[in-house]
Amino acid sequence: MFTGFDFDVIQKSLPYLWQGMQFSLGLTLLAMLGGIVIGTLLALMRLSSFKLLSYPAGAYVNLVRSIPLILVIFWFYFLIPVLIKKLTGNPYASGIGPFYSALIAFTMFEAAYYCEIIRAGIQSVPRGQVSAAYALGLTYRQATTLVILPQAFRNMIPILLTTSIILFQDTSLVYVVGLTDFMGAAGKIARRDGRLVEMYLFAALVYFIICYSGSYFVKTLQARYNVGRN
Amino acid sequence: MIEMKNVSKWYGKFQVLKNCTTRVDKGEVVVVCGPSGSGKSTLIKTVNALEPFQEGEITVEGISVGAPGTDLPKLRSRIGMVFQNFELFPHMKVVDNINLAQIKVLGRSKEEASAKSMSLLKRVGLDGHAQKHPGQLSGGQQQRVAIARGLAMDPIAMLFDEPTSALDPEMINEVLDVMTELAHEGMTMMVVTHEMGFASRVAHRVVFMDAGEIVEDAKKEDFFGKPRSERAQHFLSKILHH
Repeated sequence: MFTGFDFDVIQKSLPYLWQGMQFSLGLTLLAMLGGIVIGTLLALMRLSSFKLLSYPAGAYVNLVRSIPLILVIFWFYFLIPVLIKKLTGNPYASGIGPFYSALIAFTMFEAAYYCEIIRAGIQSVPRGQVSAAYALGLTYRQATTLVILPQAFRNMIPILLTTSIILFQDTSLVYVVGLTDFMGAAGKIARRDGRLVEMYLFAALVYFIICYSGSYFVKTLQARYNVGRN
Repeated sequence: MIEMKNVSKWYGKFQVLKNCTTRVDKGEVVVVCGPSGSGKSTLIKTVNALEPFQEGEITVEGISVGAPGTDLPKLRSRIGMVFQNFELFPHMKVVDNINLAQIKVLGRSKEEASAKSMSLLKRVGLDGHAQKHPGQLSGGQQQRVAIARGLAMDPIAMLFDEPTSALDPEMINEVLDVMTELAHEGMTMMVVTHEMGFASRVAHRVVFMDAGEIVEDAKKEDFFGKPRSERAQHFLSKILHH
């Protein structure tokens, strides 16, 4: 059935594909970490009874979640150089390059999604836990970091990881600003060697293996947490 | 030690506390009882400002709870509180539950805190369970840990908000025994409970609430002997004869 296909092209291009994969994984990891940190702050802001904090955070989250990721990537790529020129007053100032603008775009985009997950996680911690923490004399900050967030994150780990798996797939969009991730590397070789079917099959297989093992890991993790609960 | 004067509280238009006035003196055990929805839990939670109130004044050792400048974390750290649903922190071991505020609020060293926690666990009969997580303990055991957690702060008073209501019947006594012992040692206690046996044995005074009002505030003997109000009589006749 596969006569006429040349799968050697994959083996020959493995080092280049690996470079792309490192880029994909690195971008995923950095955007995930940044997204979770900023998402946590946004979630705390959204849950604040102080409107000056909750409204802007809510507006930001709703705005970003209503826009396709690819637009956000474009925006940051084209907007940041303009901003830097405006802020520094130097019309010749250089931008921050496609990698950092993509990283910022992904981080800020994912932060909006992580925010909603983390907000739900925080709300899943019973109100009585907050009361108990306060009753012991803990401050808001201590109650949040020592009592609420650890429990919230424990409840959220499965969905946070699931979102991160989707983020990993989404990093393939960086080709729009000229960066080469795993998908981009596969595409370049496919076009160079005229082996589109082989390369795209291989790319799909790799994405499938990584994402499926990720989901499987999430499932076992979920099972383990459910056993230990109460 | 705890004084409440004309405390009123509203949820929107609904008034949950109406001009409540009472006091708990040093070494005194005051039981707050009444039908559900009468505002007992809300009342006890105003003492350490877990529930804000709109009118009146509450002072704890002369410090005003409602005043804007009051250092609430500090005030709360001096008053122990035990909740209906225990509210132990499920992600921490039993000993760490008791250590947490000692270290973070009182600034004790880990060793000092652990030593205190272990001696308190021994006192409530749970020293073998220090390394377990709360989820591995029975309700009665969890509530005794919660009492130890409150005592670890060397509180000037303890508040109990229906400490046995969420327990299976066979576990109620192990918790009440700890509380009785505490009362006999002279701890100042305010206890919201339906356990009238406990009230008649241990309390000095009984406060009876109905519909957000303190209807009766009497010495134990007077309350159980000859409650003056019809509502208290009605409540007692329902709760004592079954």
